[in-house]
Amino acid sequence: MSIRVSHLNKRFGDFIAVNDVSLEVASGELVAFLGPSGSGKSTILRIIAGLEQADSGSVFFANQPADHLHARARGVGFVFQHYALFRHMTVANNIAFGLRVRGLGRSAQNRRVGELLDLMGLHGLGQRYPNQLSGGQRQRVALARALAPEPQVLLLDEPFGAVDARVREELRHWLRRLHDDVHITSIFVTHDQEEAFSVADKVIVINQGRVEQAASPAEILDHPATEFVARFIGEANVYDGIVQAGQIAVGKLHVPACGLPDGTSASAVLRFYDLKFWREEAGIARVIRTMTLGDRVKVEAVIDDGPVIYSQFPRRSSLLAGIEPGCRIQIEITLARLYPHGDLPLQ
Amino acid sequence: MSNKSLTSGQMVLVALVLGYLGLILILPLGAIAVRALDAGPGLLLEALTDPAAQEGLVLTLLLAGIALVANGLVGIGAALVLTRQRFYGQHLLDTLVDLPLAVSPVMTGLAFLLVFGQGGWLGSWLDSIGIKIGFAFPGLVLATLFVTFPFTVREVAYVLIELGTDEEEAAVTLGASSWQTFWLVTLPNIRYGLGYGLVLTLARALGEFGAVLVMGGAISGQTQTATTFIYNALEERQESAAYGMALLLAVISVLFLLALEWLKHQHKKGRLA
Repeated sequence: MSIRVSHLNKRFGDFIAVNDVSLEVASGELVAFLGPSGSGKSTILRIIAGLEQADSGSVFFANQPADHLHARARGVGFVFQHYALFRHMTVANNIAFGLRVRGLGRSAQNRRVGELLDLMGLHGLGQRYPNQLSGGQRQRVALARALAPEPQVLLLDEPFGAVDARVREELRHWLRRLHDDVHITSIFVTHDQEEAFSVADKVIVINQGRVEQAASPAEILDHPATEFVARFIGEANVYDGIVQAGQIAVGKLHVPACGLPDGTSASAVLRFYDLKFWREEAGIARVIRTMTLGDRVKVEAVIDDGPVIYSQFPRRSSLLAGIEPGCRIQIEITLARLYPHGDLPLQ
Repeated sequence: MSNKSLTSGQMVLVALVLGYLGLILILPLGAIAVRALDAGPGLLLEALTDPAAQEGLVLTLLLAGIALVANGLVGIGAALVLTRQRFYGQHLLDTLVDLPLAVSPVMTGLAFLLVFGQGGWLGSWLDSIGIKIGFAFPGLVLATLFVTFPFTVREVAYVLIELGTDEEEAAVTLGASSWQTFWLVTLPNIRYGLGYGLVLTLARALGEFGAVLVMGGAISGQTQTATTFIYNALEERQESAAYGMALLLAVISVLFLLALEWLKHQHKKGRLA
């Protein structure tokens, strides 16, 4: 079932949580709402579920307005960040809850619960209580419980936020595989870009209650629509400056500003992986520190007459040869993005 | 907690606290037990089989039962309203809930008499339609309900806040009606808190003295409760009857205390989920 949200607004007191948000999710799509905490992404999700009332705007399911529908009548499966399992019920009774309140017979309930326990890899845990399960198991029970009544839409609010890194990775694969099997229209909220890009078909970047960009992961990485997206996605150096002679000077580093007239005030966003460093005595910067981050090395350098700049390289990259604290380096910009202040991005 | 880890300063503090508790809690209760048993079990039993004593006890238990049922229903309702709704004047209501804790029960009885007693604001009108409240059973019920009101509301509200709304919201998204959500999710989650509040309510109803004395007048066989029975027995120098009843109330209180401990333990166990 497709979901469409049109001109949604929501305030909490003076705080504008959702600011004129419109977006679309096609039937069968797996979409991520990505944004920093407090950006309003969870509120949008809760409005879609009917758990929160919008001040204005509309939600459509399969092009039918759903605003008048109570949360219980929307046929939406919702997975909460902290599981929200019924702590006084067994795993089996948790999963059966949605069937029980619909008056489904005992044997049909049991059959469906058995199916879901198998599907979720929870076989043999049906008689346990939630407090006897690990975090990853609890979240899978929450997922099974949401899926039991066969909802048309699955909404997940920071579903993997409360589990440790290894389990999170496992649950991501679960969600992706599950979606490939069941093909239920799904939206999940996350502040973790790796999570959004590795799981979702489409990512909607949300900031300060607004949609910044809605596109495929590759499109967002390659063509960030706004300065916020460029800064937020991937790791980047950001420098403010004024265009002179077709470039912005950041100390001795010259960032090309093709197409921007001289005198324009703009932000230059340089992604870590859009930079090349190599050792050269006649270079324009000096290395201060190198940090090994797993299979990557982050290099911190100071541009002559300018600020600090970072880049990151694979550990075995030839670019790292001879790079050590104190050495001089040359910098090449493979791609720079410029965002004129108070205007639309050029290129 | 192990004694070995205590410093001398801490030991003095612990000794002071234990000494204080012994003086104001354990010593008086022990004295009642000793005094009551001094008279001999036979005399004690005789005192408690006295019709006036039995009527007082039955009346007290009846009042406690009414307080139990009323506070069970109203307490849950009020706690839900206080924690799950947002409305104008909520803060005032929240403060008013504690009023019976702040006001002296004797004053409460007096205030009720001014409204419902003979010649009171509503008293004359109620009298004219044949309802008597002051110095009658309904007056005792009113007084008991007033003094016991905060306990269930407070305990249940506390648990509801601690619980949050996640599970209730989950139930709703799974298709449960408000009624189903309450019975299947909310009530099972608050059951120990509710039990705790109700035991406190019972204890308060059993022990209430001032309000029922002023409101009821302690008329033997009519409005004399267990506590006012003790008072009257002391006045009439029937000491064995007074100590017998006091001991009985003390025993019931100890049972309540054990029930409270059990409920607290169950609640803690449930919260780990």
